[in-house]
Amino acid sequence: MHVILLLLLTLPLAAAIACLRVPANAARLVSALTGVVSFALVLALVPAAAHGTVSYLRFLRVDALSVVFLLATGFLYGAVAVYSVGYLKAGQQPHARYSRRFWIGLNIFAWAMLAAPMMSNLGLLWVAIEVTTVVSALLVAIEDTDGAAEAAWKYVLLASAGLALALLATVFIYYAGAHVLGQSYDLGFSQLLAAGPRLPHAAVELAFVLAVLGFGTKTGLVPVHTWLPDAHSEAPTPVSALLSGSLLAVSFYAILRYYQVAVAALGSRYPRNVLLVFGVASLLLAMVYLFGQRDIKRLLAYSSVEHMGILAIGVSFGAPGALAGVLLHVLGHAAAKGNAFMGAGVLVRKLGSKRITAIRGGLDVLPWSGPLFILAIFALGAMPPFGLFRSEFEIVAGGLDSRSYAVAAILVVGVTAAFLGLAGSVTRVVMLPLAGSAPARGEPSGWMVVPVVVGVLALLLLGLHPPAELTTLFGRAVTLLDGRTS
Amino acid sequence: MSLAGPVLATTVAAPSALAGGVNVIAVGVLLAEFGMFRQAMLRDQVRLYAAQSALLSALAVVVAATRHLPELYALAGLSFALKVVVVPIVLHRMLRGIGVIGGDPRWPAGSYSGSARSGSTDIAGSHALGVASAVLVAIAVAAFGFFTVAALGLASPVLPATALSVSVAVILVAFVLMIVRRDVVSQAIGFLSLENGVSLTALVVAAGLPLILEIAFLFDLLVAAVVFGLLIRVHHGRAESMSTADLTSLRG
Repeated sequence: MHVILLLLLTLPLAAAIACLRVPANAARLVSALTGVVSFALVLALVPAAAHGTVSYLRFLRVDALSVVFLLATGFLYGAVAVYSVGYLKAGQQPHARYSRRFWIGLNIFAWAMLAAPMMSNLGLLWVAIEVTTVVSALLVAIEDTDGAAEAAWKYVLLASAGLALALLATVFIYYAGAHVLGQSYDLGFSQLLAAGPRLPHAAVELAFVLAVLGFGTKTGLVPVHTWLPDAHSEAPTPVSALLSGSLLAVSFYAILRYYQVAVAALGSRYPRNVLLVFGVASLLLAMVYLFGQRDIKRLLAYSSVEHMGILAIGVSFGAPGALAGVLLHVLGHAAAKGNAFMGAGVLVRKLGSKRITAIRGGLDVLPWSGPLFILAIFALGAMPPFGLFRSEFEIVAGGLDSRSYAVAAILVVGVTAAFLGLAGSVTRVVMLPLAGSAPARGEPSGWMVVPVVVGVLALLLLGLHPPAELTTLFGRAVTLLDGRTS
Repeated sequence: MSLAGPVLATTVAAPSALAGGVNVIAVGVLLAEFGMFRQAMLRDQVRLYAAQSALLSALAVVVAATRHLPELYALAGLSFALKVVVVPIVLHRMLRGIGVIGGDPRWPAGSYSGSARSGSTDIAGSHALGVASAVLVAIAVAAFGFFTVAALGLASPVLPATALSVSVAVILVAFVLMIVRRDVVSQAIGFLSLENGVSLTALVVAAGLPLILEIAFLFDLLVAAVVFGLLIRVHHGRAESMSTADLTSLRG
C-alpha cells in the first residue's frame, strides 16, 4: 500500500518533468498513460482504505474519505488526459509551446489535487490546495485571449484571498489544538480529531467558519463563487472539466476535514447549520442563473455551483443515508460534469462558438458526441439510471429521515428547476437544425469520444449496481464523517 | 491602545514587556497597511510591503527571544530573505520588464506598447474612492475587526489579545485595499499584505507552528508571487495598462 501512495505522489510530477524535455508526441503519450495509471493506482487503494487507515512517512494518511475524493480526481485525470490528446490535435493552436505548457500544467495540476487528500495534516492540506490554485490559474490564462486574461486574474485574486482566510482557519485550529496538545505539535489530523472533545469552542467555531468561507471560495459556494463561471468558461475545456469535477470536490474535502474536527469538538448542530446556509444559497442562486445563460460553458459552471450546494446540504442533513449519498454524489458529479464539459468541448471545437444561440445541430454533425452530450446532461440532471439519481435520492431520503422536511423540499424543487434550465438550453443546442452551411458530419477525434463513453459506463455502474467494495468504502467513510468512530 | 483599555481590561492583566513589544510591532504593521492607501507609485508600494515584512521578521525575533522558541529565529531569517528581499525583487523585475515602474529613466512614459499612460499615473488614478474616504472606510473596518475579536472570547493566559485584534484589523484593511484599488499591481500587493496579516496572526496565536509548515507556507507565497507577476504581465500585454477597469466582459 505504501508503494501506491508514493507512486501517486511522484508519478504525475515525474510526468510533468518529463514533458519539459521530451518531444510533443511523447509528452501526449506520457501524460495520457500517467493519468490512466494514476486512476488504476487509486482503485488499488480502495480495499485497504475500506477497512482502515493507511499512513506512511508521517505526512501521508489515507482513509476511506480521502479515497472517495482520490477516486474522483484519478478518474477525471485519466479521462481528461486521454481527451486532451484529441483536443489539442483538433485545435487551431497546434504550436509546440502551447501544448508543452498545457501538458506540464495539466500534470502538475492533477498532482496537487491527488496530493491534497493524502496529506495527514491540515497545514500541508492547505499548501496542496494553494498549489492547485496557482497552477490552474496559469492553465486558465493559457488561452491567449482577453477573456482568459480577465478570468485568470479574477480567479487567482479571489481564490488566493479565499485561501488566505483558509490559512487563518489553519492558524486558529492550531491555536485550539495547542490548548490540548501543547505548543508544538504538527497539526496532524488524527491528533486533532482525538483531542476533539477537549478543544476550546470559540476557536474551533471561528476556524470552522473561516474554513468554510476560505475553502468554500474554491468549492464555489455562494456568495464566494464569483470567480467560478469566468474561469470555467475561459479555460481550455479539459481544464474546465478538471476544475469542475475534481478541484471543487478536493476543496470540499478540506471543508469535510474541518467538519470532522468541528463535530468532534462542538457536536454536530453548529457545523451542520453553517453548511446548510451556504448549501441552500448555492442551490438557489445557481438555479436562477441556469436559466437564460448564453455561454454553454458558463451554463455548466453554474451547474457545478448547484451540485456543490447539494453536497453541502447533504452533509448538513447528517443522516448516514444522506452522507453516503454525498460521497456517491462526489463520484457521480465528477463523471457527469467531466462528460458534459468534454461533450461541450467537442461541440465548441466542431462549431467554433461557445454561444448557446450560435451552436446548433449537434446531433446532425456529431454522430457520437451529440447523443453522449445529451446523456451527460440527463445524468447531471439526476435522471435514472445514472449515478446522480441514486445519490440525490439518498440525500433527499436522508433529509426526510432527519426531519428536515422544508430543506428536502427546497432541494427537490431546486434540482428539478436546475434540470429544466440545463435541459432547455442543451436541447436547443443539440436538436435544432443548423442554419446555413453545416460542417461535415463526423467526430473531430476518436480520442475525444472514448473517455466520454467510459464516463457514461461509470455513471451507469454507479447508478445501477455500485460495486460491493465501493459500498463498503462509503460505509466506512460515513462512520468517519458521522463522528461515531475516529 | 488606550481605546481598547476598558474592553480588554477583563482579559489582559498588565502589559508585560513581551506584550508591549508585540503590540508596538503589530501596530507598525497596521500603519504600513494604511500607508499603502496613499502610495501612488508602484515602486513605493513594493517598498512599503518590504518594510511591513521586515517588521514581521522583527516580531518573529521578539517572540522567539521572549517565549524561548529557537525555531522562530530560523523563520525570521527565512521570512526576511523571502518577503523583504526575494519577492520585492521578483516583483520589481517583472514590472520593469513591462516598463511600468514609474520614474525609471530607461522606460519613459509612452515608450512601450504605444500606451500614453505612464506607470505612475496608472496607479494614481486607480482609486475607486478618494484616498481620504478609503482611509476612513479602512479605519471603520479596522475598528470593527479590533473590537469584534476582543468580544469573541478567544482569550487565554498566553495570548497577547491586543496584538491579535490588531492582526485581524490588518487582514480586514488588506481586503479594503484590494477592493478600492483598481489596478492589478495594487491588488496583488493587497493580497501579499493580506498574507502578511495572516502571518502576523500566526505569530501571535500559533507561535509554535512547526518550522516545516512555515517553510511550506513561505514557499507557497513565493510561487504565488511569481504567478501574480506572470498574470500581471499577461494582463498588461493584453490591456496595455495596469487598470482593471476594463475587466468587465465576463458577467452573468
